[in-house]
Amino acid sequence: MARRVRPAGAALVIAMGTLAAACAAPGGDGPQPEAGASSSLSTAPTCGTEPVTLSGYFETGFPLPKDLTTEFTKQHPNVTWDIREDQFAVITQNAPRVLADNPPDLMRLPQVSELVKDNLLKNMDGYAKAFGWDRWPASQLEQLRMGPGGRPRGEGSLYALGLNLSMTGVFYNKDLAAKIGMSSPPATLAELDDALAKAKNAGVTPIVQFNGGATGGLAFPLQNLMASYGPPGPINDWIFNKPGASIDTPSNLKAAQHLERWVKAGYFQKDVNAVDYATMMSRFIGGKGLFMFNGDWESGNLDKQLPGKTGFFLMPPAEQGGKRAAMSAPLTFGIGSRAKNADCAASFLNWVATDKKARDIGVEVGGSRPMGPADAYMPQVAEDKVTAATLAAGADIAKDDGAMDFIANATGAIYAKSWTPQLQKLVAGQQTPQELLKQVQADYTRQVEGN
Amino acid sequence: MARSRPAPRGRAAAGRARTTRGLAGWLFVLPALVFYAVFVLRPIVLTAQYSLYEWDGIGPSSWVGLANYGRVFTDPALFDSLVNAVKLIVFFSAIPVLLGLAVAAMIRRIAASRLALAARTVIFLPQVIPLVAAGIAWSWLLSSTGVVNQFLRLLGLGAVTRAWLGDFATALPAVGLIGAWVLLGLCTLLLLAGMSKIDPALYEAARLDGAGAWREFVSITVPSLRQEIAVCVTVTVIAALASFDIIYISTQGGPGNATMVPGLQIYYLAFSERAVGMASALAMVLMVLVIACALPIQWFTRDGNR
Repeated sequence: MARRVRPAGAALVIAMGTLAAACAAPGGDGPQPEAGASSSLSTAPTCGTEPVTLSGYFETGFPLPKDLTTEFTKQHPNVTWDIREDQFAVITQNAPRVLADNPPDLMRLPQVSELVKDNLLKNMDGYAKAFGWDRWPASQLEQLRMGPGGRPRGEGSLYALGLNLSMTGVFYNKDLAAKIGMSSPPATLAELDDALAKAKNAGVTPIVQFNGGATGGLAFPLQNLMASYGPPGPINDWIFNKPGASIDTPSNLKAAQHLERWVKAGYFQKDVNAVDYATMMSRFIGGKGLFMFNGDWESGNLDKQLPGKTGFFLMPPAEQGGKRAAMSAPLTFGIGSRAKNADCAASFLNWVATDKKARDIGVEVGGSRPMGPADAYMPQVAEDKVTAATLAAGADIAKDDGAMDFIANATGAIYAKSWTPQLQKLVAGQQTPQELLKQVQADYTRQVEGN
Repeated sequence: MARSRPAPRGRAAAGRARTTRGLAGWLFVLPALVFYAVFVLRPIVLTAQYSLYEWDGIGPSSWVGLANYGRVFTDPALFDSLVNAVKLIVFFSAIPVLLGLAVAAMIRRIAASRLALAARTVIFLPQVIPLVAAGIAWSWLLSSTGVVNQFLRLLGLGAVTRAWLGDFATALPAVGLIGAWVLLGLCTLLLLAGMSKIDPALYEAARLDGAGAWREFVSITVPSLRQEIAVCVTVTVIAALASFDIIYISTQGGPGNATMVPGLQIYYLAFSERAVGMASALAMVLMVLVIACALPIQWFTRDGNR
């Protein structure tokens, strides 16, 4: 007996030794809150003249950030870049761990409030003051401001900046529009309904949209309908987790019911629950549908693939001449709270918004409005390009004060675990508009209170 | 016990020799043991520990006891994923094993011909293809304009065509079909190898007694393959319960959670909801479920239990 026990005992000791690390409660190794260190900058920081290598963590498939870094190095030869790229979904999952363990100087960010809660992002109030970002139109930075602990969003300290300001609405195929006799974009919701019905009767798929897998793309038309039936303010409050905010309101119910009517009328493709984003894009570019609810990050792409054949309009209001609203969000980039070259990264972000060449690249490559002061230089775009239409729409939204964040960004899990399954059930006739909003609100309450 | 009493000299010497040999044996095992402890035992213990906390993976955690386990069994979204995994056993396990038996028996009958070699290769091929590639290929085949629907239209069955992976009623069976396709090859090959070990004299004797092909199959082939069938069922049941890649690629759990399985749910909980405690609790439940399914299969098919 003893003969056997000794080596086995040794093995047990080894095993226990390896397990010893498990004894303490997990967590708590993250960064501690800053003591307002960055709020006392006397002059705007720069990248200096010494050689410096900035580490970046960007999104695969979008050339804008890399093009900007290349141009930045051209203008500031002492700055070089060490860039890692991943799919956005991967960045979303990795963000907390990467920012805690190996913080990049500049990083493409998903929903930020949970990162702020864990003190993973640099408070940029000091930079905002030094560079004068606080004098830009307030709506540009609203979504990136957060109260202590990340909630509510929409006010408080600045924790990220955008490379540009994207804008969503309705793209349409001009050839198919001509076929159904739609000579100008619909001015009211009723006119849009009319165009949809005409397309259906003419054998044209009225709307190509994605709603498959874990990405419920019907959230795009749903939120647009919400903004047609009601003001965007309460929707933003809900997204920003303001106390007492609810998505389950009478005007949102009308919007959800309207969406259900579209589904029942067969305005979406029959297999919409199996269509992913890429399939939707290839169908729209292939001329397989009249309308597509999407954002101006595709403007440059559509100008290349369907030159002169794509139009864009903002979701029309329910009443003639009513105010328009759209989901509009900065292409969010932030600086890790433990980043080594934070000052240089901040001066890069400022350069993106203020340098003439950078703003040109932002529009040409990114297709969206640059951030920055209201009177800043605005690149010219040929009239027949859809990029021109989306840029003009951005100005309209600014005028109507109709910018909303996306309802999918209210919490980290609300899109994949709540909106998407509920909208897929709505398409399949397994969910009613009332219950859909009630369910999403219940999930939201649990998630906001649980965190 | 042995040491407390002085032992006769010869026995002690023999004992020492054996001890040295034993130590040497443990020394050889040591690297693997350390590896196992660090990469298998430690994660299991850590998961068990995390499952008792509410933790977002970075910030401070708070002790919640067994509350996470309570939610696994009361939250329909989590419990339904366990139910889906059990349903998948039909597709991942029952179909490949039964069909595999039939296919193997058939291939064995034509063993000498070139056709048998070709059939073996074709059926085993899915095992060689990465699951991600299989998932992508099948999501094309099963899409609304895919080959499956084209074929159905050709047969005049246009009315039943649909986006198989996007339809609430067909998504889970469609995903199961992909799994069955992948696992059929493994089962067939295992069973075929087992069949080659059966003494041909048994078949000859049965035939002399007037047994037909069916009787031979039921009375000789299947009982002799007890061990191989046990391996097939164990491997495929675990594959069903722990399924992740095929579903992640083809449906991501959609539409509306119709194909949500524990593996995928754990991943979403940990990395998108950042509920590490909940994810760990579900992972522990899944581990217990897998062991609870695999152990009885092993036990029932052991030689001594006939």
